[in-house]
Amino acid sequence: MQDIKKLLTQRILILDGAMGTMIQKHKLEEADYRGERFKDFHKDVKGNNDLLCLTRPDIIEEIHREYFEAGADIVETNTFNAQVVSLEDYDMQNLAYEINVEAAKIARRAAEAYTLKTPGKPRFVAGAIGPMNRTLSLSPDVNRPEHRTVTFDLVKNAYVEQVKALMEGGVDMLLIETIFDTLNAKAAIFACMETFEELGHELPIMISGTITDASGRTLSGQTIEAFYISIKHANPLSVGLNCALGAKDMRPYLEALSDNAECFVSCYPNAGLPNEFGEYDESPEAMAKQVEEFCKAGFVNVLGGCCGTTPQHIAAIADMSKKYQPRPVPVLA
Amino acid sequence: MNNYLQLSGLEPLTVTPETNFLNIGERTNITGSRAFAKMILNGNYEAALAVAKQQVENGAQVIDVNMDEGMLDGVAAMTHFLNLIASEPDISKVPIMVDSSKWEIIEAGLKCLQGKGIVNSISMKDGEEKFIERAKIIKRFGAATVVMAFDENGQADNYEKRIAICERAYRILVDKVKFPPQDIIFDPNILTVATGIEEHNNYAVDFINATRWIKENLPYAKVSGGVSNISFSFRGNDKVREAMHSAFLYHAIKAGMDMGIVNAGMIEVYDEIPKELLEMVEDVLLNRRPDSTERLVTFADSVKGAGRQDVKDEAWRNGTVEERLSHALVKGIVEFVEADTEEARLKYPRPLSVIEGPLMAGMSIVGDLFGAGKMFLPQVVKSARVMKKAVAVLTPYIEQEKLDSGNSTAQGKILLATVKGDVHDIGKNIVGVVLACNNYEIIDMGVMVSCDKILAKAKEINADIIGLSGLITPSLDEMVHVAKEMERLEFKVPLLIGGATTSRIHAAVKIDQNYSGAVVHVLDASRSVPVAGSLLGEDSYNNFHKKIKDEYAQLREDHKNRKQDKNWIDIQKARANHFKIDWNNFEPSVPAKPGITVFDEYDLAEIRKNIDWTPFFSTWELQGKYPKIFENETVGVEAKKLFDDANELLDKVVAEKWLTARAVIGLFEANGDGDDIHLENGTVLHQLRQQGQKGDRIPNISLTDFIAPKETGKKDYIGAFAVTAGIGIEKWVEKFEADHDDYNSILLKALADRLAEAFAETMHEKVRKELWGYAPNENCTNDQLIHEDYQGIRPAPGYPACPDHTEKATLWELLDVEKKAGISLTESFAMWPASSVSGWYFSHPDSKYFGLGKIYKDQVEDYAKRKGMDLTAAERWLSPVLGYDN
Repeated sequence: MQDIKKLLTQRILILDGAMGTMIQKHKLEEADYRGERFKDFHKDVKGNNDLLCLTRPDIIEEIHREYFEAGADIVETNTFNAQVVSLEDYDMQNLAYEINVEAAKIARRAAEAYTLKTPGKPRFVAGAIGPMNRTLSLSPDVNRPEHRTVTFDLVKNAYVEQVKALMEGGVDMLLIETIFDTLNAKAAIFACMETFEELGHELPIMISGTITDASGRTLSGQTIEAFYISIKHANPLSVGLNCALGAKDMRPYLEALSDNAECFVSCYPNAGLPNEFGEYDESPEAMAKQVEEFCKAGFVNVLGGCCGTTPQHIAAIADMSKKYQPRPVPVLA
Repeated sequence: MNNYLQLSGLEPLTVTPETNFLNIGERTNITGSRAFAKMILNGNYEAALAVAKQQVENGAQVIDVNMDEGMLDGVAAMTHFLNLIASEPDISKVPIMVDSSKWEIIEAGLKCLQGKGIVNSISMKDGEEKFIERAKIIKRFGAATVVMAFDENGQADNYEKRIAICERAYRILVDKVKFPPQDIIFDPNILTVATGIEEHNNYAVDFINATRWIKENLPYAKVSGGVSNISFSFRGNDKVREAMHSAFLYHAIKAGMDMGIVNAGMIEVYDEIPKELLEMVEDVLLNRRPDSTERLVTFADSVKGAGRQDVKDEAWRNGTVEERLSHALVKGIVEFVEADTEEARLKYPRPLSVIEGPLMAGMSIVGDLFGAGKMFLPQVVKSARVMKKAVAVLTPYIEQEKLDSGNSTAQGKILLATVKGDVHDIGKNIVGVVLACNNYEIIDMGVMVSCDKILAKAKEINADIIGLSGLITPSLDEMVHVAKEMERLEFKVPLLIGGATTSRIHAAVKIDQNYSGAVVHVLDASRSVPVAGSLLGEDSYNNFHKKIKDEYAQLREDHKNRKQDKNWIDIQKARANHFKIDWNNFEPSVPAKPGITVFDEYDLAEIRKNIDWTPFFSTWELQGKYPKIFENETVGVEAKKLFDDANELLDKVVAEKWLTARAVIGLFEANGDGDDIHLENGTVLHQLRQQGQKGDRIPNISLTDFIAPKETGKKDYIGAFAVTAGIGIEKWVEKFEADHDDYNSILLKALADRLAEAFAETMHEKVRKELWGYAPNENCTNDQLIHEDYQGIRPAPGYPACPDHTEKATLWELLDVEKKAGISLTESFAMWPASSVSGWYFSHPDSKYFGLGKIYKDQVEDYAKRKGMDLTAAERWLSPVLGYDN
């Protein structure tokens, strides 16, 4: 693997776009999700996108290839919900490890094929670590504000399993993303550090938070500056924002991060805000234009797309970003 | 990259050079705020949350949260409270300082913080390894940490130690742990000045200089401290305290102090301190003149009229009789109590009114102060002495009034006894005193009280609570017996269990299910009061009864369900893995004086030199190592007073020969045979062997391993001893008790115990150097003696290496102890007088102390056979070490 840090100082690197949006296009049914292996499973599994790493690896690999073809330097593994806590929704906790290993291998295959194709542009795999469907800082019961549905140890251990499996499958870096509760992210960071020590080697960690609305705070209430201070001990390769807001509304918070971050800065917004049908419909050109503002201002080192984005969006962004220099990382005092 | 300390709650907090000083709110600290403690203990978390909110509103930039309280599940309380804070944005906007002396509470706190908080604290007290391990975990949580200037040897109390420890900690953190230096916050110990002890005078100066040194020499590190400690000597005089805080901060901040735990309401504006007061305060803080403390103390009175209560003047004699009695009780002054009580008797309509009025009022202040941790056990016992003397003055008049019998004003009657076979009663006596202070009527039946006597007495006096005490392991069985008898005889009253070998788990697993009334294990005297309180009064009793039954049932369940994986090995395998000594290359040394030697009336002055004082303080519930304990900011002053009282009494004991020290020692030829040791005279000492599954190259030890096995053909030797320093003690104890002086009675017993231990140490040294003579040139300091830095060991039957008390019977016969040293054995093999020590001597340089751990049926069967005991009896005596349910 080439030194990604060096590359990041040379140009803006491109992350892939949405996985869910691309899977939707295949119009898969319950039987596709189940495949042969789970045809008699006791519960419906349609919607368990991460399961496709086991039952339809061909589709997942194809999507990775499309993004590489569009110009992405980094693709994310299809593992957003692949840890025991979230998989409980489908009674598939016992598959957590296997899904992560397979997901990493699938993305790895696609990356190696493209690195071979364009040796001047090495491709990378980021192990995607999602925020989980339960949260450590918020109570679901307004009458019992001290109540929690999970414990730190449970969350941390779920992430330890995920991180180990992703590393075994051969990812180049880990991406803790769509963070709406910083304490969950801290458990993920803890899990990474614990696993690194156990395995005796480290991978770069990328961190990406989510500002949920115009209040400018995470769902758990932190300002973006407080968020950054809270995760800085991960010594991240990059910190940034994704999801929730469209590119336009993200700007002030991205600027604040860019002002403060002592590492690289990333940004992968949704394709605009959802329309009345809940679809993201900003065109590739419109989105590229929005994020071009960030490049002009020198805010970013990594660009990509979240919900609603497609290889066309990524191609437009990749094309646009070639004209701009990456954000210089502040020199160590 | 900036090297500022950055913290966060919901909002960021960056400490820059312009920040000046960070206020850390101290009121959500259960150890520091009585009001907060009460809220948490009562489960009133809403009120507690309001305190946190108010602190933030009043300008605290960080809030310190501490849940260290014995009656509380600290982990649960910390989690609950921090989760609540997370739901309250007006509070959670600031960073949290997780404060605890218990690591698991700190970890629990860290697991609740989405922001970057501060750990308060870690130190090298438990060694470098623990320190590194904890720092690593803190780093993973992404928190900053306070590092106390403590190391393996204790607290740094002067400038040199402070900077040496801080530098060492800094290098470890920065170089080994790669801890960000700006996240290290040193607390170089703010200790109390103006205590009257000369060594304390320079504490403030040392702190300030250490602060300056840290800021100049340890890049980016921060300095913090608990400010109110500095002025503890002036408790009650807020004017002086506020001036001291503000002047201290003024100088410390100038030297670079970055933050402090501060009650913002307790700081005077520096410029507004009256000039004269400021000068005197600064004289004290900066140690500018030798008489600065006295000058400030004198001046303090004038500043506050009534003045500080500690001041050694007799102004309090001018108060009303009620004020005088209250003062005497709180301060433990016996001098005037008889006259004052008499005066009160003449003033009040009935003698009983004096007890119910001013005396109880005074005692309730004592109870409150003790409950709040503001008075310590020795002080409480002194207060009780005053109370008893006052009551003694009134008793004849009360009797004269021929009050209806049973018209007791006490809250309840508590019957206390040390169970049959056991002679230890210091702890029980302390519990009695503390409970009496809280207005319980105590009926103390003394030691070696049989079950039938205890229960008959309880019926006769209609006791509300029965409390059992015991120190040696066989007493545990006796307590089970009492519980069963109480059930059979349809008792309903609560049963309290206390004493050194008792435990909550034992009470839950072995005693509780035998009695349908409440069974409660009480850890120490301080806990006895709240427990007794919850047990009396019908509602409260019913609640508590249910709660404690559930709790113990759960403990039993957990105990039953604990991992049953086999982690032990068969006795045969354990024997094969014995501790190996290369006997071929070892010549056992031949005793210079074999056979039995008796020492009578041994010089107490010589024994006294070998006293290990640390356990003495622990008897009085003052925790800390001697002599460091005197510098402890919380208990130091009281520890010193107690120490002075003890030495004064000891002077008399030695000079007037109150006690007689006797010892008998024997040295015999012996060889190992299996797990037994055979003496040449035919006596057999039966030993047990560790049966736990051991790691690689770790042996399963038995004491036998330290004696040459007969197969080696070598002559080896073993020693036996029994010593006492308690002969003649009853007379003096009775005398003190007749004088209502529990304080001196307990003090004397505690000293006799210390003398017995010191005597055992003295004799052991004599054996090593002369009688056996295997280490003639040894030259140990008292400290080395205490740490056992010498060749050979002296394990005692009934203690970890050889837990079977019945082996004392063999020892007694071997040395004819009863006749030669005047020590007898009870049916539970406790020694009488209680201040006695007995055991074996092993001389091999590799011999060492160890804990037997749990043993299993194959060994117990074999042991019973070797001893010619039946299995049930063996299992009964060994029950505390059995690894299986019998």
